Amino acid sequence: MFTIESLHQPQTLSEVKQLVEKYPDITVLGGCGFLKLSSRKIPVALDLSRCELEKIHETEQHIEIGAMVTLRDIEKNPALNQWFDGALPKAVSHILGVQFRSCATIGASVYAKYGFSDILPALLALDTQVELLRGGRMPLVDFLSKPITRDVLTRIVITKDKRRVSYQNLRNAGADFPLLNAAVSKHDAEWKIIVGARPARAEIAVQASKLLTSSAYGTVDSGTVAMAASMELAFGSNNKASAEYRQAMCQVLVKRAIEEVLA
Amino acid sequence: MKLELLINQKIYALDVAPDEMLADTLRSKGFLSIRKGCDTSCCGLCTVWIDGKPVLSCTMLSFRVAGKAITTIEGIQPEAEKFARILAAEGSEQCGFCSPGFIMTVIAMKNELKNPTEQDIQHYLAGNLCRCTGYMGQMRAIKTYLRGEVQ
Repeated sequence: MFTIESLHQPQTLSEVKQLVEKYPDITVLGGCGFLKLSSRKIPVALDLSRCELEKIHETEQHIEIGAMVTLRDIEKNPALNQWFDGALPKAVSHILGVQFRSCATIGASVYAKYGFSDILPALLALDTQVELLRGGRMPLVDFLSKPITRDVLTRIVITKDKRRVSYQNLRNAGADFPLLNAAVSKHDAEWKIIVGARPARAEIAVQASKLLTSSAYGTVDSGTVAMAASMELAFGSNNKASAEYRQAMCQVLVKRAIEEVLA
Repeated sequence: MKLELLINQKIYALDVAPDEMLADTLRSKGFLSIRKGCDTSCCGLCTVWIDGKPVLSCTMLSFRVAGKAITTIEGIQPEAEKFARILAAEGSEQCGFCSPGFIMTVIAMKNELKNPTEQDIQHYLAGNLCRCTGYMGQMRAIKTYLRGEVQ
């Protein structure tokens, strides 16, 4: 179990900024589900639960998700169920139980860039940006490619568009971590194929996405594209599955997702 | 740090450490229905309600629930007893260690979902483990309980 020596509960983001500048090693507390498994000694902790980051706000063009929004809030939110074929609620609905999802926060899930994340593939399939206190706003894909720096994720901003999205996952048991997951989206003629829990972090299969985008429907079948995705990305082994099994199952999930988008 | 927590509609003035989890705080105040079964956030034994929503008290920092309504099974005893009697009648009350957390989740589900299907029930209760594997009996008990409410 982790320990906290001193705790700060700012009420505004400008206070958060001051604290982050004053304490370079400050630890931001998310849902604490993972943190509690560790024995970390935290000299200074930062709690964002009073900063009004617990809301999902829908504007004409975007859906803005505060960093302290829980995965359960995402699962139940009407706007997120209405847009993108409900891919985000579907992606989080497999994570442990209702009670855990009421504790885990989206900010921590994204900021930690977990390889096993269910939410990252779904977010990558959308036009998603992250808002960082010091780093400003940037596309999620750019954020994921950078090393983790000392910053505070405040919001996730998703552009509302008419894209079709499918999220697929494979688990050894219902409430276990995924051993592989995939998301596919189609916006106008542009396709995006994402595979996560390889077990490395979710990544866009760029070449396979281009292959599908450049092909008129019917000229390239979904199985060929799925195979291209499985050949393009790297897979690893752990106690849940071997690299070979993940690579084979990648073809199944990607094909299934493409066909669901086309349906 | 000094906190005021509203537990089962009663205010408690407490002095808690910043890293203290709600399960420990509640047990220290005598709410012994709160059990720690796994300590890895996956068994559901420590389930309480925060503003009516089921959460894992073993994963919720105590200071975060200041100003919110905390409900343990002691706070909903008549309703909990009603369901517990059905559990016993269905033979699914075995060692009983998981029962408080399980009952809290079932009643939260009843309050939240209207006419849940068996699949809805399984999904809602995915975070409650029973090491006696009394799942079939539990499902029968839930259906009887929900049917009773409809009647």
